[in-house]
Amino acid sequence: MKTWVTPGGVHPPENKHQSLTLPIGSLPLPEKLLIPLSQHIGTAAKPCVELGSNVLKGQKIAEAAGPVSVPMHAPTSGTITAIEHRPIAHSSGMLAPCIEITSDGRDQWQPHQGIDDYRHASASTLLAAIAEAGIAGMGGAGFPSAVKLNPGRKRPINTLIVNATECEPYITADDSAIRERAAEIIEGIGILSQILGHPENILIGIEDNKPEAIAALEPLVKDSGISLVSFPTKYPSGGEKQLIYILTGEEIPSGGLPADIGMVCVNIGTTYAIKRAIVEGEPLISRVTTMTGEACGINRNYETLIGTMVSHMLEHSQFDEERCSRLVMGGPMMGFSLTSADVPIVKTTNCILAPSHQEIPDDEPAQPCIRCGLCAEACPVSLLPQQLFWYSQAGDQERLEAHNLFDCIECGACSYVCPSNIPLVQHYRHSKGEIQKARAEKVKSDHARQRFEFHQQRMEQAERDKEAKRAARREAAEKAKATAAAKKSDAPSDNKTDAGSAADIIAAAQARAAARKVSPEQQQAKFERSIAGAEMRLQMAEEKLAEADDTQTDEQRNILVAAVEAARQKLEQARGRLAEHLKQHNGEQVD
Amino acid sequence: MAFKQITSPHAHASQNTGKVMQLVLWATLPGLLALTYHFGWGSLINVVLATATAVAAEALIVQMRGRSVSFYLRDYSAAVTAVLLGLALPPLAPWWVVVVGTLSSIVVAKHLYGGLGYNPFNPAMVGYVVLLISFPIQMTSWVTPLALLPEGVSHPGLFESLSIVFAGYSPADGVTGPTPLDSFKFSDGLLVEQIYSQNPLFSQAGIAGVGWEWVNLGFLAGGLILLGSKIFTWHGPVAMLAAIAIMSALFWDGGSSNSPGSPLMHLFSGASMMGAFFILTDPVSSAVSNRGRLIYGALIGVLVYIIRAWGNYPDAVAFAVLLANFAAPFIDNYTLPRTYGHIDRRRATEKGQEDKSK
Repeated sequence: MKTWVTPGGVHPPENKHQSLTLPIGSLPLPEKLLIPLSQHIGTAAKPCVELGSNVLKGQKIAEAAGPVSVPMHAPTSGTITAIEHRPIAHSSGMLAPCIEITSDGRDQWQPHQGIDDYRHASASTLLAAIAEAGIAGMGGAGFPSAVKLNPGRKRPINTLIVNATECEPYITADDSAIRERAAEIIEGIGILSQILGHPENILIGIEDNKPEAIAALEPLVKDSGISLVSFPTKYPSGGEKQLIYILTGEEIPSGGLPADIGMVCVNIGTTYAIKRAIVEGEPLISRVTTMTGEACGINRNYETLIGTMVSHMLEHSQFDEERCSRLVMGGPMMGFSLTSADVPIVKTTNCILAPSHQEIPDDEPAQPCIRCGLCAEACPVSLLPQQLFWYSQAGDQERLEAHNLFDCIECGACSYVCPSNIPLVQHYRHSKGEIQKARAEKVKSDHARQRFEFHQQRMEQAERDKEAKRAARREAAEKAKATAAAKKSDAPSDNKTDAGSAADIIAAAQARAAARKVSPEQQQAKFERSIAGAEMRLQMAEEKLAEADDTQTDEQRNILVAAVEAARQKLEQARGRLAEHLKQHNGEQVD
Repeated sequence: MAFKQITSPHAHASQNTGKVMQLVLWATLPGLLALTYHFGWGSLINVVLATATAVAAEALIVQMRGRSVSFYLRDYSAAVTAVLLGLALPPLAPWWVVVVGTLSSIVVAKHLYGGLGYNPFNPAMVGYVVLLISFPIQMTSWVTPLALLPEGVSHPGLFESLSIVFAGYSPADGVTGPTPLDSFKFSDGLLVEQIYSQNPLFSQAGIAGVGWEWVNLGFLAGGLILLGSKIFTWHGPVAMLAAIAIMSALFWDGGSSNSPGSPLMHLFSGASMMGAFFILTDPVSSAVSNRGRLIYGALIGVLVYIIRAWGNYPDAVAFAVLLANFAAPFIDNYTLPRTYGHIDRRRATEKGQEDKSK
């Protein structure tokens, strides 16, 4: 079958043989398991068990919260001993809500059974079962599978791609699963095909460095309508975008999803989990995880319970901390380093890599970029990493966007080849964060501006309304005046209408003012009353002062003296006002 | 248990800048050997003197800039600049010519712009042009190729060469002479055929001038080694050589007395091969994308030919490269590759987000 060749790519040492010498093994049952509530893309699950309650293996312990979410299940039987924030495997080393189960050692399943005659079940029944089993993409991103498999009627799916590429060095989880579980995987693919309404093309994409896996699948896909396509090994062929191009020659539009071009791409490990969920009714509580690296005496794949601590895995793999240069969850290209081994394996953990100092030495200090262009040759999406680095350092967001920073898949091929040891991907992550922050701030400031402008508009409108009302009143008054004048003009004087009416208004106003005015006699009486009041208050104050005598302190006496003085002044003022009034009034009379 | 927090990717190819530079140094060996065989000890002395000066200047400047000297010397970039300049300078040039040129390269063209990775112009070519403009006499006298030395005259020995370079002794008569490009430029009124039959530089040569053709073949061999080691892509060198070939074929003029010379002469004479594989491939000052490098290389090829044919200088690689260095950032703006998932290539000067509607 024809395959297409992606640009760029690198060929790091594969290092896959170490973990393939033994079949998939299992670890001793851990005493405690820690299940993070968010192991997938989307909303974290909501706990549905009480602290201290007993659970059986496979029992649901957390519900999906919303459409893009998955439930969590107990990986073994035991007691819920904690529901709290704990460190999880995250590149920032952050804490996240988790449920801790202390195992009772019995590993006792809850009763479960698959869907009878699932071959005749409807797509919605199957999707509901997949959602209920808590299945999220096991290749790395962890997108809820039931959502992915239900892209809606607007986007009919004509191609189902099963990703068995496993292009990261060291990781052999999918490879070993295919070798040992090919028949179940093919059955899982059949279920997927049924859900998607039997798409025209069903392709399994696999790199040619897995001859045993290919040999295991080949007899099973014969006459099944599934095409097994192997292609030359090159990192990062297993990226969804890259695999789709390799198998079909089509590209997912920038910022889009495979469903936009009628495709669905599923990791091969997920197909196995889906088969277990539909046929056996088992939720996703364990997965194949590769334990590898020279710092471990045993390199192999384990069927690992979700929630198993990395430290538990290391303990049973003859781990030598002295020899270990770093601890990586995932592969050496895109995996992230763990600062502590006390974090759990989650649904997306395909590998724990514990390399020795010789295997992966500490990074050399970065030298200046000489723009040699090896990065551009290695980039699988045809970016110019050296230019992105340049503008990233300069913080030139406009140029970064013009250079399509957001199409970077962070595969690390550029950093891998960089002769100056520049942590390019780190710079891109930083710049992406900065740009997203700037975008969010722009949205916020746009909102603020809109609010302000709206407020401004509203105030202006109110002002205009007021002005309009005033104008209307003025107009009405003028109209009324005009009618009044017209009435007058009908009567005696013809010529002096205006002057006459003005004089009338003034006279009327004077009359109103005079009516409001208090008569001089009343005013005089008021002043006299206030004089009498003041006299009384002065008298009282003087009496108090007289009573005071020796018993009071100087301070208190001073206060009383001041009060007498104040009362006397008030009296003076009142008398003054009366004298003034009388003088004025008499004066008026004189005039 | 506590482990280091280190960003991905964790694996790293074994390539590093120092190794790349060392490989470039090794790749100049065929050219240096050819130069030494045909023109005597001069080039070797140039290279050693320039390297010593460059390393000392680099160390001094790095020290003055408060950086780690041992760390920066380990990238070998100063040595590469110096070796390329030394190879470009005329053999037996006075020592101060070499030193002034090297200091211009390292101090002015490189460190004043921010050091390795930040120089907009090719440092070796800046040094070369400074010398060519300042000391035209010293810069245009070249040693006569071994095969054309007069009877009884030989290239000065190592000790004698050192005396000429450092103590200013004059070489024997006939030891210096014109280059093929020189002779061609200053043979007005002669048909190409006449030049080829009369001038021993051509009449005794295979394709493009006695000695020079071997020097060019040497640099071609070194360049192919680098190309094979993926130190650079084919785009720049091929574009430049193709442009020179096309231009010289177009203006060949049937070999008339006005003809600027044949494609073979232009490709295998002067600094053509060294320019194509060792000068324009300097990544720092060139265009970045493959398309950009095609344009950049072709621009240099065209400029080289224009200056050689109609300019005042017999050779022109240095000027052409510096002019193209000016153009490189501009070329970069318009030659972004098409990114996965995009309908078309974008411009680096685009504002805002792209219209993604198909």
